[in-house]
Amino acid sequence: MFYEANPIAIAIFLAFVGFVLGISFYFARKAKSAEGYFAAGGSIHWFVNGIAFAGDYLSAASFLGICGLIATMGYDGFLYSIGYLAGWVVALFVVAEPMKRLGKYTFTDALDSKFNSKGIQLMAAISTLAVSLFYLIPQMVGAGVLVTPLLGLPHWMGVCMVGAIVITIVATAGMTSTTYVQFLKGGLLIIFSTVITVMVLNRGLSTEPRPETFVPRTIAASSVEAVASVEYHEKTYVKVVEDGRANWWIAEGDQLIEAQSKVETAAGETLYNGAPKEDKMFKSVGLVNKLQLPDGQVETGSVGPLEYLSTIQDSEIVRYPKDAVAKFDHDGDHVKVFVPEVTAGADLMVPGQYFKTKTKMGKLNFISLMLALFFGTASLPHVLIRYYTVPSQRDARKSTIVAIGGIGFFYVLTLFIGFGAMTLGVIDVESGNMSAPLLAKAFGIFLFSIISAIAFATVLGTVSGLIVATSGAIAHDLMDNYMGIQMNDKQKVMAGKIAAFAVGIVAIILGIAFKGMNVAFLVGWAFAVAASANLPSIVMLLFWKKTTAKGIAWSIGVGMVSALGIILTSPDMYAQFGFKGTSFHSLNQPGIVSIPLSFITLVIASLMTQKDNEGLEDIR
Amino acid sequence: MLHEPATKVGKDAASDWKAKLGIKLFWLYCLIYMGFVGIAVFSPDTMKAPVLAGTNLAIIYGMALILFAIVLGLVYNRVCTKKEDEMNAKAEGAE
Repeated sequence: MFYEANPIAIAIFLAFVGFVLGISFYFARKAKSAEGYFAAGGSIHWFVNGIAFAGDYLSAASFLGICGLIATMGYDGFLYSIGYLAGWVVALFVVAEPMKRLGKYTFTDALDSKFNSKGIQLMAAISTLAVSLFYLIPQMVGAGVLVTPLLGLPHWMGVCMVGAIVITIVATAGMTSTTYVQFLKGGLLIIFSTVITVMVLNRGLSTEPRPETFVPRTIAASSVEAVASVEYHEKTYVKVVEDGRANWWIAEGDQLIEAQSKVETAAGETLYNGAPKEDKMFKSVGLVNKLQLPDGQVETGSVGPLEYLSTIQDSEIVRYPKDAVAKFDHDGDHVKVFVPEVTAGADLMVPGQYFKTKTKMGKLNFISLMLALFFGTASLPHVLIRYYTVPSQRDARKSTIVAIGGIGFFYVLTLFIGFGAMTLGVIDVESGNMSAPLLAKAFGIFLFSIISAIAFATVLGTVSGLIVATSGAIAHDLMDNYMGIQMNDKQKVMAGKIAAFAVGIVAIILGIAFKGMNVAFLVGWAFAVAASANLPSIVMLLFWKKTTAKGIAWSIGVGMVSALGIILTSPDMYAQFGFKGTSFHSLNQPGIVSIPLSFITLVIASLMTQKDNEGLEDIR
Repeated sequence: MLHEPATKVGKDAASDWKAKLGIKLFWLYCLIYMGFVGIAVFSPDTMKAPVLAGTNLAIIYGMALILFAIVLGLVYNRVCTKKEDEMNAKAEGAE
């Protein structure tokens, strides 16, 4: 789609980002010590920390990813909401207080508090790096997604922009400033998402499309001359020239249905519906096809939340799913035709569009994802690090509950934002990630700018939090603890900042490489790696006396490698990078294999090394 | 020095008690969560059944899981805070 930059949007956006940077620099002056840099000196108020938790957690994946996935796939996106929140139950009930009691700066310290083992230090630091990098990818992809409609910039520029700003924030500030940035942004995100939801419910549902939405025409095949015709997956696509513009239509019986197409010509041009992007022929999609309303009404008007959902349940929606896109070559042109699919609302309101729960593999992927999401939250290094920023265990618990409240409320809203985007026809067929900001745009440029700025700040905040966690892993766990490099506080912070810079650069590169993948889906992977690598060791350390240092180190290693291995060889990875052939397994979600594997490894390795534990004090 | 908490945490007499309660609540939630996953996988059509105000089971169960997590969190916090005060006062009295 073609996006024009709007001066008001840019002004609001820049003001907001400037404000965030201002806060960051202000608090930076307070963070002089290593403790201040990595853990905000353990001095943050529990409520602020709780909302900051929510801010950290409601990253690009939630706002852009989940809303986008619901907008394009229906209920399956909401599964992420449910799973992401359920993960907090594990964090609160099982991990929160013991972690606070054990840790110092990082998750590695907590694990290592009993053993002081080189093996644990190394493995935990590597797993922190791996998880953080996986979590960084979707954030960076999200950044690129945001700046396109807002500033009219290409994807890669957005990624670089976030990278540069975040490196500046982290290099100058640390945990105190990221906490306040997250607090502000988390609060605003919840408030403005509520505003959008109220507006969606207020507008209700209508079969009358908005003027900006693509409404396909249907014509008799005999009324036009077909220039070319291509068969693809049992459908016939016909090229028709109209006003000098060649576009692809879908043949159905003796009729032709207009489609939207993207063609990369042999000459290197990219045409949207047969014209350059700037001609704005390519439109947003999503349509309510049929509404079950009495007396032939075409719109519901303002409705309540449950009535809104049940009305969609009884309606029919035109969607453009990714797997229905026809991709073929014709005369040297690479052609993509976006094919509409009429879906019954009842099918969109249950799992099954994305995870084909009626097939065996779909069932397995579904269970695997729900497992990883449930156990992933408590194992995310940048979430765990927040337990150290409050003064006491009681405060850690209270802030976790504030977080659960805020996050849970937001996740309920994702349903309305997602379905709002689906039914109001604001979806960009090329990337569902943009659905939530584009929905805001349907309600006016002001709301759009604010929402985009908040979402951008979301990315900034999450990325800086992650980079702090990563640089902590490198400077504190690897260099200081593992390698035993003697550093004073000042040098330690310096090392952290250099590490932050390097991680930032890597994140930028990955953000560009993964363009177009749904960000919630990508975060699902980060959760799977975290749950596989970290959770078994945290849980077993706390609840199984026979756990040994080697058991933990091996479990982290095996969990991480198996999760990464399955992801890197998965069918989805093949599809993203256009590898030839098919993947040798069909599991897209590794959790169901890698989590149990990591547990088993820990038990076996611990039982084999029981001698190591002699003379060690029990930590409980 | 490396393996001390960021801020000193006082001795907590309620620690074990809280951990046990946490695990119990975790299993309770886990069971309900598994119920959701189970229905979605093994009986997907059940999810379509209308439950409340015409809205289907999938939506209501999903929202209920979210709300239940919040409620459980609040209950846990309340009980823990009370117990901490009680048990720590007793422990101090005993010293």
